[in-house]
Amino acid sequence: MMELIKQPWAWYVAGPLIGLTVPTLLIIGNKTFGISSSLRHICASCIPANIPFFKYNWRKEIWNLSFVFGIFLGGVIAINLLSDPSPVEVNPKLTEELAGYGITSFNNLVPEDILNWQSLFTLKGFLLMVVGGFFVGFGTRYAGGCTSGHAIMGLSNLQWPSLVATISFMIGGFVMANLLLPLILSL
Amino acid sequence: MQQETDVIEDLEIRSLDSVCVNESSLEHKWYHNLKYLVVGLLFGIVFVKAEVISWYRIHEMFRLQSFHMYGIIGSAVAVGAVSVWLIKKFDVRTIYGEPIKIPAKSFSKGQIYGGLVFGLGWAMTGACPGPLFAQIGTGATVIVVTLLSAVAGTWFYGLLRDKLPH
Repeated sequence: MMELIKQPWAWYVAGPLIGLTVPTLLIIGNKTFGISSSLRHICASCIPANIPFFKYNWRKEIWNLSFVFGIFLGGVIAINLLSDPSPVEVNPKLTEELAGYGITSFNNLVPEDILNWQSLFTLKGFLLMVVGGFFVGFGTRYAGGCTSGHAIMGLSNLQWPSLVATISFMIGGFVMANLLLPLILSL
Repeated sequence: MQQETDVIEDLEIRSLDSVCVNESSLEHKWYHNLKYLVVGLLFGIVFVKAEVISWYRIHEMFRLQSFHMYGIIGSAVAVGAVSVWLIKKFDVRTIYGEPIKIPAKSFSKGQIYGGLVFGLGWAMTGACPGPLFAQIGTGATVIVVTLLSAVAGTWFYGLLRDKLPH
């Protein structure tokens, strides 16, 4: 049983479990599933700076911060107690492409060849981590949600604006991954 | 009466551009938040074990080289949609007996502009906001910088909100 849990999980196991988060949060406290909002609550609680968008009773949303802290702890537990020592399996086409950019280590879920503390001070690392992170935070809030809030919660509730948002996420991702990222990785 | 108006106004501000708001009007002791920590923890384990937080999986998805992420998002939405339908159909209540409310999403141009910006960032970092927290948990400490940068991005959105098209 433990051996089975330690292997990477199939999509048809993980997807339904992620989907079940939607009714679980609704039933245990009338909370709608969404993760990017936690970034807004961090702003509201730490650096509101008198900006109207951050002036609200963030204490009512502490549940959301508790939820994301749980995600962090889940990461700690999964990697220390449930991990599988073999390298991450990646489509050979991608492996080949990445080798061209010097990405050859597949020991972690995050590619350590490009995302590490040293590379943070190079243009490539700065773009990927600092600018990329900024886009994630700015874009999700501007769009009113991320993959969890729009693609999973919004689509589950048949909200067409969430479909618009999800399609926009995918267009942005396809453009970056296929057209712009090769330029950044070549830096 | 004044207090009630304040509460409604506060909910309105919180729900601005935010899918996830606390709809419950009940007040609970702090330790009630621990249930969300447990749900988050299980969710984080699924994220890691199914490699949702993998930079490589995200790039396979954007290059159409793997069905994995499409399968996960698709089946999550299917299960979520059936659950929401059942909750509405049978008027399921919360464990505290409150009726379940799901706020409707109104359209704004932000879903297009912001969505495109997030999409670019998603492929650059190989992570959406949830996976960032889990990646840090798996020991990729440098992702703290990405997370702080995402907080900064959210803050700048708040600052510029009135000047952006919606």
